[in-house]
Formats: sequence, C-alpha cells, structure tokens
Amino acid sequence: MAEVSLRKIVKAYEGDVQAVKGIDLEIADHEFCVLVGPSGCGKSTTLRMIAGLEEITSGEISIGGTVVNDIPPRDRDIAMVFQNYALYPHMSVYDNMAFGLLLRKFPKAEIDRRVKEAARILDITVLLDRKPKALSGGQRQRVAMGRAIVRDPKVFLFDEPLSNLDAKLRVQMRTEIKKVHQTVKTTTVYVTHDQVEAMTLADRVVVMNHGIIEQVGPPQELYHRPATRFVAGFIGSPAMNFIPARLENGAAALNLVLADGSVLPVPEDRTARYKPHAGRAVLLGLRPEHLTEPREGRGTYADIAIQPEVIEPMGMETLVHFHMGEARDLCARIDPTLSASPGAPLRLTADMAHMHLLDPESGRVV
Amino acid sequence: MSATAANRELPGIYHKAGSLRAERRWALWVAYASLTVAAIIFLAPPFYMLITSLKGSAEIAGMTGSPWLVRNPTLDNFVAILTSPMFQRFMLNSLIITGCVVAITMVVSVLAAFALARMRFWGSQALATGVFLTYLVPDTLLFIPLYQIVGGLGLLNSIWGLVLVYPTLTVPFCTWIMIGYFASIPKELDEAALIDGATWPQMLIKIFIPVALPGIIAATIFAFTVSWAAFVYPTAFVTTPDQMPLTIGVVSQLVRADTFAWGQIMAGALMAALPPVVIYAFLMDYYIAGLTAGATKG
Repeated sequence: MAEVSLRKIVKAYEGDVQAVKGIDLEIADHEFCVLVGPSGCGKSTTLRMIAGLEEITSGEISIGGTVVNDIPPRDRDIAMVFQNYALYPHMSVYDNMAFGLLLRKFPKAEIDRRVKEAARILDITVLLDRKPKALSGGQRQRVAMGRAIVRDPKVFLFDEPLSNLDAKLRVQMRTEIKKVHQTVKTTTVYVTHDQVEAMTLADRVVVMNHGIIEQVGPPQELYHRPATRFVAGFIGSPAMNFIPARLENGAAALNLVLADGSVLPVPEDRTARYKPHAGRAVLLGLRPEHLTEPREGRGTYADIAIQPEVIEPMGMETLVHFHMGEARDLCARIDPTLSASPGAPLRLTADMAHMHLLDPESGRVV
Repeated sequence: MSATAANRELPGIYHKAGSLRAERRWALWVAYASLTVAAIIFLAPPFYMLITSLKGSAEIAGMTGSPWLVRNPTLDNFVAILTSPMFQRFMLNSLIITGCVVAITMVVSVLAAFALARMRFWGSQALATGVFLTYLVPDTLLFIPLYQIVGGLGLLNSIWGLVLVYPTLTVPFCTWIMIGYFASIPKELDEAALIDGATWPQMLIKIFIPVALPGIIAATIFAFTVSWAAFVYPTAFVTTPDQMPLTIGVVSQLVRADTFAWGQIMAGALMAALPPVVIYAFLMDYYIAGLTAGATKG
C-alpha cells in the first residue's frame, strides 16, 4: 500500500494539444480518490499516466515514494480495472485471476489461496471454472476486480468500471466496490464521469475540467462549498441553478436584485464577505433543494413567483423546471403532495442561507 | 380502441407482413437460382475429372456416347497413380514444401502482424500498407527476376528453392489477415496483460495467439492452399521429376510427347485436390471467422 503523488504533470499530444496541463495531486495511503469530470477533461489520461500506459510529457509521478516515470507498468505494482473488463476470453475465471501471479512466478499453492480468497470476497467462487463469455456484465466486472485484488498491489486503478453496466447493476456494483475497499483498504484511484459515483465512493473527489484540477475535497465539501462555477454546476443532480443578479446595498444589509426586479435579501452573516462586490453584476447559485415550496420558520427566505414549464414527479419529490428572464433551465424541488402544473403560476421560496455568490467573469465562488 | 376497430385494421397489418414474406420468398428464389448456376459452373470441372478418372483408356479414346457418363467404371487409374513411385515422390515433395512454407509463413506473419498492429513505431502504418501492396504484384511478373536470385543461391531445380520463394506469395497476404485480426482485439487486453506483468513475447504467446486462433487458422489455410497449388514457380524453377511437386509432376510426367494418360492425369489431379478440400471442410468456420473478423469488430 502506498501514497500516490503527481507533481506538475503535463500530457501533450502532437500539435501541442495539452490533455493534462500541469496538475499537482497528493493521494494518501488507503485513500479512495475519484477523478471526475466531463469527457475530454484529462481524467483517464491522468489515470493511464499513473498506470504507465501513457508517457508523461513533463512532471513526476511517484508511487510509495518511488518516482515511476521510467518504470514500465508491470514493475509499478499497480492493478487496473478497465471499463470493458479486459478479461482474457480464452481463459477461465480462475486463470484470468491467476495470470498475473503466474507471470510473477508465485508458488501454485499461494496462487490458489489468493484466487480463492478474492473469489470469496467478491462472491464469485462458483464462477471460477467458467469462461468470460458465460458471465453477465456484473460478474465480468467482479472478475476484473478479482484479478486486481489477487495481486495485492500498492494501488488500484479503476477506469470507468461501471459505465458498461445498466443503471440497477451500477448501483449494486458501486456498493460492492466500496465494500471491497473497506475490506482491502488499498489506495485507489477511480475515474468516472458520473458525479453520483464520485460522491458515493470517494474519500476525496478531484474535479477536472479542460486538463486542470478545478477543486479537490471530500464529497460534502465539494457539494456545499464549491470553489468554481464548474464544480458548483457539475456536482449535484439536478445541477445548481445560476441566476444573474445585481448585488446592491440595502438599508440594513445587502440585497440581490434579479432581472425582473425581485429583491432577495442576503443573510446578514455574509455581508462582510460580499460587501466588496456591492454594485456589481453577480450570479446567484441555488441548489434545487433550496428553491422549494413556501415555508415558515427562522432563516432568510425570499419568495419568487414562477411559471413552471415542465413538472417531473419523482415520487419522493417533484422537480419543477422553469426559467426566469435570461436564466434558463432552472429547477426547483418541491413537496410531491403539492399540486403544480405547467403554465400555472407557482410561488417558490429561496433559502438564502444556502446561497452561493459567483463572479460571472472569473467563474469563481465569492 | 374498440375491438371492432381493431379487427378492421388487422387485414392491413397482415397484408403488410404478407408482402414482406413475398419479397423474402422472391429474394430466396433469386439467391437459390444464382447459387445453383454458380455451383454447376464450379463443380462441372471436378465432376468431369471424376468421371474421366473412372474410365479406362479405351473408353476415353472412344469418344462415343456422352462424356459425362461412365459405361465401364474402373479404379485402375487410381491404383496406377497410388502405386506409382513417381506420384508418391510428387506427393512427398508437395508435403515437404507446403509444410515448410506454412511454418515459415506463420512465424513471419504472426510476428510481423503483431509488431505492425500493436507496437507503435515510426512508419508502422506505411509498412503495413507496403506489406499488402507486395501481394498485389502477380507471380508471373516476379518469376524471371526470382529465377536469377534462386539460381544465384544455387537452389534451381530443388524443392528448397520453392520453399524459399513461396513465402513471397504467402507472407504478405497472411500478414495482412493477421494485422486485421490483431487490430480487432481490444487494446485493453494488452494493457491488462502489461499491467499483469507480461512482456511483449509473453503477451503474444499467452494472449494474442490463443485469442486470434481463428485468424491464424485462416492464414494457415491460405498459405497451405497457395503453396499446394502453386504452378508458375515450380514450372520455372524445377526441371527433374524427383524435385517436382504434385501440380507440375502430374501434368508433365503423365504426358509423353503427344500421348496423354487422361485417366491417370484426372485421378492424379483429384488426389492432389483432396488435401485442401479436406482442410477446408473441417476448418471452414474458422476460415470465415478469421477473414471477416477485421470487418465486423472495428
């Protein structure tokens, strides 16, 4: 087991196209670190550089304190699980799992012990004699994980391992992966484009975009205290609402004035932080769960009148999609027992205690 | 929708399905007719060979009655051919040449295809295209310069000269088939093997060759067929019967001046055609899977 360290890592392809633009990242021993971001953000390239499957243009990667830039994949003591499983089709499940150990000349008895132990952890003991083509997608992914576990490597690398599975199986396998990590506690780097996967699995999430790291932090921190507009919009489903507004000095405190003239009060405890931005155009960020049906009680609430465009009853909640002036694709979460219909006026309450204020030019959260 | 309305629409649905069935039936008729014509065209020569090989010399020379029928069937021609030391020599030569050529071809093609398909190096794409382009040069253009080369090496009138030159016909095409097959194997498989600790030779032997077995069998069948049926090169390079393979041995040694031993020629030709037929019959599925792999697996 080991920590993974990335220092000033750059990956450039022909024509000076930079897939990864000088990232720094420290992954602690035993940590489950998830790299998340949209397609083309450089997350898979970063993982492949850690694996040694991609050359590093510049920078330094170390695993367990050893710089591995010039060490081939087989000598990095890592194991990788691929999106399409990459099982050897001509070998049985047992042989697939034993292959890496055979190449490393482990004694037969030790190979047998490790394969059976991994099979027990993953509940695939009855599948050991089958060929991959006789397995379902979920079983194949388990075998791929088994192949990684038997090696007992310093680091597990997962490259979008659940993307080929259907929605139900994905949730099930997500839990399996978390259980396995809790059991074996190997340092894990996991790549996904699915923010739900990232939030549920990670000790720390690394949000990447356009080859840079936007923010690193525990899932809850990223959700509640995003650093940039990209992170605020990427983490959370449905995504955070962004409403153009103007920050004005009010009689006693600051106010946000929307395009339609609505005035939303800024909580007093934020006044000092937001004061320097008074008089400027800003973006109000509010998660759908903080834009709900009118409620009473202590707090800083503001009423907003909207006309729903689409209503999505989800069972435990109802999603209301609407727009306000230029702010399109807004979403509110309301009580499923309330009646709402498209086109019919609806009053919502913004819970300003959970608001985020963003600088529209820099895209950074104030 | 009421039940009555549904019933009214049913005939329309059936009509549509019926028209599809009619179209399919029509297409099947055309397909069967075309295949029957093609089968007659391609099977007529071997059938004629079989009929002639079962006739005695007198019946062949008689030129009476239908040439497609046998009046007095006999196995004399087959017995004569099979007991002839010369024919046995031709057969042995063909087996030696073909065995060696297939072995050389497969070793060279598999290694070349693996390198060209999987090892990224400068010019590999151009080299892969170049390998295939060499296959497009017909052997009738090459045998004169090759005669000089084989002669220079002192291998004229020797089966080893043929073992040397046949791979120029077989290696390019087999390499091309194998490049297509190796390229269809997911790249993650070699990456998984690399991470598992495999070296490149281990990856080839333990992963690629077993996974690409249908492609390797297809290439083997191709190399076998080309080598077994080669005619131009042995005609040009071999002159004495003891070095001749079946293809030229049968036609050159069973014709004496203007006397043609048609019965034995046909029996010999049939016997010569037997090994490829047997191989195709047993390995046809692998052959088709191997040839079509690159096209269907992206």
